[in-house]
Amino acid sequence: MDTKSVVRAACAKYGSDRDRLIDILWEIQRASRHINDEGMEEVAAALGIHRVEVEGLVTFYSFFSSTPKGRITIRLCNDIIDRHAGADAVGQALVGALGIGFGETSGDGAFSLDHTSCIGLSDQAPAALINDVVVTNLTPAKARDLAELIKQGASPEELISVTGDGNNSHPLIHAMVSNNIRLRGAVLLHEEIPTEKGLAAALAMTPEQVAGEVTDAGLRGRGGAGFPTGRKLTLARGFPAERRYLVANADEGEPGTFKDRVLLTERADLLFEGMTIAAYAIGAAHGILYLRAEYAYLREYLEDVLKKRRDAGLLGGDILGSNRFSFDIRIQLGAGAYICGEESALISSCEGLRGEPKNRPPFPVEKGYMGFPTVVSNVESLCCIPRIMDMGSKWFGAFGTEESHGTKLLSVSGDCGKPGVYEVPFGLKIEELLQMAEALDPAIVQVGGPSGEMIGRGDFHRRIGFEDLSTGGAMMVFCARRNVLEIVDAFLEFFIDESCGYCTPCRVGSVFLRERIQRIMNGAGERSDMSYLEALGQTITATSRCGLGVSAPRPVIHSMRQFPLVYASLVKERKDGLQPGFDIQRGLDIARKIARRQSMIYDPRFGGKDE
Amino acid sequence: MSRHHESSGQEDSAARISFTIDGETCAAIAGQTIMEAADGAGVYIPRLCDEEGLDPQGSCRVCTVKVNGRPVASCVHPVGAGDVVENDTAEIRGWRRDLVRMLFHEGNHLCPICEASGRCELQAMGHRFETFEADLFPYLQPVRPVDASHPDIMLDTNRCIRCGRCIRASRDLDGKHVFGYVGRGINKRVGVNGIDLSHTDIDLDDMAAALETCPVGCIIRKRLGFFSPIGRRLFDMTPPGTAIQKRKGNSK
Repeated sequence: MDTKSVVRAACAKYGSDRDRLIDILWEIQRASRHINDEGMEEVAAALGIHRVEVEGLVTFYSFFSSTPKGRITIRLCNDIIDRHAGADAVGQALVGALGIGFGETSGDGAFSLDHTSCIGLSDQAPAALINDVVVTNLTPAKARDLAELIKQGASPEELISVTGDGNNSHPLIHAMVSNNIRLRGAVLLHEEIPTEKGLAAALAMTPEQVAGEVTDAGLRGRGGAGFPTGRKLTLARGFPAERRYLVANADEGEPGTFKDRVLLTERADLLFEGMTIAAYAIGAAHGILYLRAEYAYLREYLEDVLKKRRDAGLLGGDILGSNRFSFDIRIQLGAGAYICGEESALISSCEGLRGEPKNRPPFPVEKGYMGFPTVVSNVESLCCIPRIMDMGSKWFGAFGTEESHGTKLLSVSGDCGKPGVYEVPFGLKIEELLQMAEALDPAIVQVGGPSGEMIGRGDFHRRIGFEDLSTGGAMMVFCARRNVLEIVDAFLEFFIDESCGYCTPCRVGSVFLRERIQRIMNGAGERSDMSYLEALGQTITATSRCGLGVSAPRPVIHSMRQFPLVYASLVKERKDGLQPGFDIQRGLDIARKIARRQSMIYDPRFGGKDE
Repeated sequence: MSRHHESSGQEDSAARISFTIDGETCAAIAGQTIMEAADGAGVYIPRLCDEEGLDPQGSCRVCTVKVNGRPVASCVHPVGAGDVVENDTAEIRGWRRDLVRMLFHEGNHLCPICEASGRCELQAMGHRFETFEADLFPYLQPVRPVDASHPDIMLDTNRCIRCGRCIRASRDLDGKHVFGYVGRGINKRVGVNGIDLSHTDIDLDDMAAALETCPVGCIIRKRLGFFSPIGRRLFDMTPPGTAIQKRKGNSK
């Protein structure tokens, strides 16, 4: 099909609705494997917008491309957990077998090779996406086999010979992913969780009572920030508006986090039930599940669950015959942007815009999606709501600690014997978790992923909870063999890749942080670099516009605080008084080449200083 | 939405509130941003992405102030009754100096050969914050092609500071949409609505192409450069903020 027909079909599918621009671009990307100049012009013309707006989106989301991609695109996850698990060797095997480098597409347009940030499979790393299909626990040998099959014309789906446990083997998911549920708590992962009892209980109450019950339960946002969910519901309901929206944030992009993957796979009904109850509490008729593009393999299954709920009268008009409440949910697929996990950026993305955070105030509970009051809530928080409705706020509050009620799903990965998902009561000590996860020689735990907190052995007595270690759930375990600065560098690389670029400190400052960390890693650091990093980090944290920029310096600041001796061993003053960052020999090499002469002072052959 | 209320005379019905900036009590109208209120009171808060007549964006962060101890961008943050605003403190000057430096080092800002020298707001901020340690931050030295396709207007995004003033001016004042952001993160830049500038409908009368819209030397008018001798250039005489600071004397 020519570009024009592809664009026409894509726009028609979404009623030429400008707000559905991401869906439209997905159609074109899938059909033509890129969105070129002509495509952008055509989309702009069809939607009555400007070409530069379309280009703005195509160049913002990493799953869109303006240059042709192969029929099959392999995206190898290169986060630090995957690299420690051997992703680099897997990458080399792929390069060797496919005959192309990363960022390249084969001459015949058959395949492309790329790196990607964490895809939510750190518990079965190294992992990769082959189009939408997930492959896990890769080795160089497995990667070569996959590459051979792809070269012989196998479709991504045909690469899956063994499927995982639970719904991973459901025909609509059919993924080689394992759930890796290591510990089942009473709230979310218990084997027998009744469905729809919470919804029935909620509909017997007034919306205000539902929000009140959630408040009484002490439920706080499970994404890590910990805003009281009940208060969010009450606030959104309080703003007069003709429409309100309920959005589930399934853009689980924090490296090392994968618990929502398991909830989406095994607790989809509970999630949709929770969304329905929350919608009832705020008076929303429309809901959106914002699903990260990396989890596209779950989409068909989730659509099917939604359909079944509609057929059963659990969604749509007149829910459960209540005769006063109607609600439906659409799935919005993301397109590869970590920043969209930030609630106002997520809303921008749902509106078909670049996924940039909005200025706040006003907050989404007042002016969110399309300018209407909107509650954006984490998948895990929403899953807790039906349980609270069913079992009562007292039951829920009995788990955990004084300020942190309920249980928390933790995504444990890295140097441990039992990576996977643990549902634990709040208040658990890190050392208790490490023991369960069979981490034999843990030296560093990154609590909450790169944007969270890096702790060393001296802090393993600390507890998970909003009083102490607040976390979205990522627990990356590193043993004593690992290089702290390599980890910090990888986290900075992640923040740089995923910064939206809107504000100066995050866009530019994080690049400067990484430059100096790399200088120290390369042995060219000096003591003053420590205060430089400290001051730069303070500026970035104080002046950034959203949480991404505020968090970006954390790996640097925390690692300097936790592991001062590592830094001290790397930063040394030079005896010759030259700046450590200055490599005299490299500098002279240029002059030597031009002048074709040696330096009498600095060339070792003439007894010069070899520094 | 009207911005930068020059006079508060017509707003008699609006609720008046008071707040302090660096200890000095100022009057404001509820709904104003901190920057609008400060402008009205004759207190200049340094800024780069904000320009009178355009909706505020809050991206350069140079206008960061502390409100009741918390840093916010004053161009987008509403002023509240009794707010305690810190503006000209050593800590905040330090942040602003870092931000201005970041913008200098992100692009290629070679003042002596730049047409905008002397009327460049980034350069003026450099002077204001004494960013004289040229080697503190690394230079990113972008190498993006210059777009000289248009007969009258030239675009050198190596000098762009991502302020988006051209984008807003074209969209909201000219009704055209000649410019827009493309790319992400450190690769975010100003793109044009066509394969190059000659394929857009920009012309010299556009506000987007006005000399005062681009605060740096990114959007350049051809055949127009170095038109004022050093010493008599716009900011040699009246650096940014001069007009606002004059209001203070007048209002008393």
